[in-house]
Amino acid sequence: MTDLPLTTTTASDRARDIRAAVESRLKIRHASERRFKLYGQLAIAIALGFLVLLLGRIVTQGASTFVVHSISVQVPLDPARIDQTELEGVNYDLMVADAVLAKLGEKDDDYGSKSEAIKDLMSPDFGFQLLNMIKADASLIGKTVTVSGPLRANADLYFKGEIKRASPEEERTLTNQQLDWLDALKSSGVVTTGFNSGFFTKSDSTEPEQAGVLGAVVGSAMMLLVTAFLAVPIGVMAAVYLEEFAPKNRWTDVIEVNINNLAAVPSIVYGLLGLGLFINTLGVPRSSPLLGGLVLALMALPTVIIATRSSLKAVPPSIREAAFGVGASRTQAVFHHVLPLAMPGVMTGSILALAHALGETAPLLMIGMVSFVPGVPTGFDQAATVLPVQVFIWENASERAFHERTAAAIMVLLVFMILMNAVAIIVRRRFERRW
Amino acid sequence: MLTWIAILILAALSTVAFLVGRRKALASAGGSSAKMHSLPGYYGTYVALWVGVPAALLLFVSIMLGGRLEHGLLTATEPAVLQQLSSEQKELFFEDAQALAEGRQLSEAIYEPDVKLALEAKANEARVYSNAFRQGTFALMGVLVLAGFLWTFPRLNKDFRARNRVEGWVDGLLLACSIVAVITTLGIILSLVWESLRFFSSVPPAEFLLGTHWSPQIGMRDDQVGSSGGFGALPLFAGTFLVMLIAMCVAGPVGLFSAIYLSEYAGPKARAVFKPLLEILAGVPTVVYGFFAALTVGPIFRQAFNSLGGLFLGGPLNELGLYLGQVQNQMALVAGFVMGIMLIPFVSSLSDDIINSVPQALRDGSYAMGATKSETVKKVVLPAALPGIAGAFLLAISRAVGETMIVTMAAGLQAKLTLNPLETVTTVTVQIVTLLTGDQEFDSPKTLAAFGLGLTLFAVTLVLNIVALRIVQKYREQYD
Repeated sequence: MTDLPLTTTTASDRARDIRAAVESRLKIRHASERRFKLYGQLAIAIALGFLVLLLGRIVTQGASTFVVHSISVQVPLDPARIDQTELEGVNYDLMVADAVLAKLGEKDDDYGSKSEAIKDLMSPDFGFQLLNMIKADASLIGKTVTVSGPLRANADLYFKGEIKRASPEEERTLTNQQLDWLDALKSSGVVTTGFNSGFFTKSDSTEPEQAGVLGAVVGSAMMLLVTAFLAVPIGVMAAVYLEEFAPKNRWTDVIEVNINNLAAVPSIVYGLLGLGLFINTLGVPRSSPLLGGLVLALMALPTVIIATRSSLKAVPPSIREAAFGVGASRTQAVFHHVLPLAMPGVMTGSILALAHALGETAPLLMIGMVSFVPGVPTGFDQAATVLPVQVFIWENASERAFHERTAAAIMVLLVFMILMNAVAIIVRRRFERRW
Repeated sequence: MLTWIAILILAALSTVAFLVGRRKALASAGGSSAKMHSLPGYYGTYVALWVGVPAALLLFVSIMLGGRLEHGLLTATEPAVLQQLSSEQKELFFEDAQALAEGRQLSEAIYEPDVKLALEAKANEARVYSNAFRQGTFALMGVLVLAGFLWTFPRLNKDFRARNRVEGWVDGLLLACSIVAVITTLGIILSLVWESLRFFSSVPPAEFLLGTHWSPQIGMRDDQVGSSGGFGALPLFAGTFLVMLIAMCVAGPVGLFSAIYLSEYAGPKARAVFKPLLEILAGVPTVVYGFFAALTVGPIFRQAFNSLGGLFLGGPLNELGLYLGQVQNQMALVAGFVMGIMLIPFVSSLSDDIINSVPQALRDGSYAMGATKSETVKKVVLPAALPGIAGAFLLAISRAVGETMIVTMAAGLQAKLTLNPLETVTTVTVQIVTLLTGDQEFDSPKTLAAFGLGLTLFAVTLVLNIVALRIVQKYREQYD
């Protein structure tokens, strides 16, 4: 203070100056404070906006899948047109088309162009239905039978407004005449609108209107079963060893670093492992739920281990000491007391790891699960497909009708994931203890 | 079928062993468990383990290796008629012989009559082998069961330390389970390195890492266009880098600012709402993001750029307008942008943890000096949390590099060496998927190239992860 230059301003003047300076800056500082807070709110809003957009788009794109337009036709089984010696060779599709034309009050022309146009509107499944009926009961020939099923995807899209009459005729897949017929069938009640239960009871198909998710759902369930049976017991036991038994030495350090890094290995690398080790070296059948489950189990293992370890850590040492106090061995203390108390955390972690495995796609592409599997898988070593891969396959399909099915399959997948997460949350809420 | 019966018998024998073991131990103590070293059940379990486990392990090994051993024996001698067949036909022949022996469906191959005879002879041979192998396995299992019983049962008495022995088994099991994780790593490294070595024997590593020409499709005939095949992966690395960069430009600021908001500004109620909502974003499967990118974001971006290009047409920026008018659905920007959305919750939850672990005393000190909240965050909290946040960003980068589905569905397949975000690019993961889906032959460099790429990917992400985890851990210790 001694070398301050002597000025005329007094101490109170200086204080006033400082205060004025502070106050003038305060405005700027508060504005920047508000700005900064706004950035934060904006960031949250952006993230949540994307969430809403993502889910909203999927629901709006997929919702129409759950509505289907079906047609039911009475087809006279004219004995003259059915060669009983060769039932497979009969043109059933034509018979169905003629029946529809008769309903419309029209007759096929000489070139068969009208019946061709009708066939374009009907799922090819009708012919197979007739064939199977006759095969099952030959006495039906000569009578009139009713077949029903979904319209072909194009016709379905027209009723859903995806194909518009206003667009030029040459740009759509349906002609004006076909649209007229469809309208006539709709207004006469031959074509009905209903809930698309086929989407849940059928498996993959090359025809969009016949494609469903049942095969993929069953495949996913089987694969998840394998994953759960491998990853959860092995993961829990590994965690128990590392947390409760392992001596602290270089070996266990290696295992620890290893597990932490395994959790961050890209999933596609596990696919390469499955291909190189399981398929080429051990000969596990390709595309099977067993193989997929094995690969996903290895992937889920680190997550299960980490979750189990943290819930074991949360059990207070007094529990162990009390067990030792009444003469329990270390194994008894862990398995009779510590592990049961840690179980809610273990279950939550395992379910979340499995939910993650359910949505995994990339490694499964490597091990041949992209192949077209038309039926429900019958065994753990049979070819199967799973929900996320089904989404990938349909997304790649060129037909427009598959796009809505892709979104619908995603909705099914998300419903399963939400269910699993809900179970995890309920387990946590209900059983978790705070010490 | 026989295997299932064997398993059932084994289970039954173990149960019997448990019961007799327990009974003998109890009898030796005069029926009072208080005089015994361990609880009676431990004696039974000890015998049951020795009776059941070795035989079960043998059965497991024989199921795993049986088919291959038979195949090896079967192919050891080739019938003379096979000499006219190609090696693929031979392979099919042996597979059909095994299928015939096991009563499975044969392949659709059509055989000459003399080959057919040989096929049946081989099938008989296969039956002999598999019967002998099966009988050998069952006999050996019987020996193991008996040996296990004789090894343990006579030693049981009330002073036998059965609990310690059983716990020894349990310890062994637990150790084995934790070694599975190590074996997985070894398996990954070995299978990647093994196949990559085969790849690098035909394509030198320097060409792979630094070459700029990528066209792995090798033509069937030599005169086909592009038959030479190019394995310069630099365009793939560039594409991966570009997509990662775009993703981090989205996820970095949005994730970090939401973490700051959640940890510094939001009250407990808002936190309880927003945090789980962000976690939903993290739980959405990547294939869903891929679908979103390909069918929603891609078309929106293309239309936006096309109409923007329309504005420039005829003006001084005509060239740019023309270029923007041709932008396609698949571009680096779309894939990177959607990947960025996917990474927001990842970045935000990691950063949130790290910001929360900055000690409150630092903040209080700053407030006491009169700093506002944002000044405290900018000048005190963030600098203190910087190493941890850097670690979090590195982990996010490693995620972005290894992410597969979004880029597969939205980035494209053309290998271009470009940093233009509006171009179609391809990434390492996309190429691995493309090379390995569809028909595979395991001798062609095309398939093996995928393992070369996989090894590179694994090495890069491993280094990123190790460095990031190190940084995060160091940072935590600093404030613990």
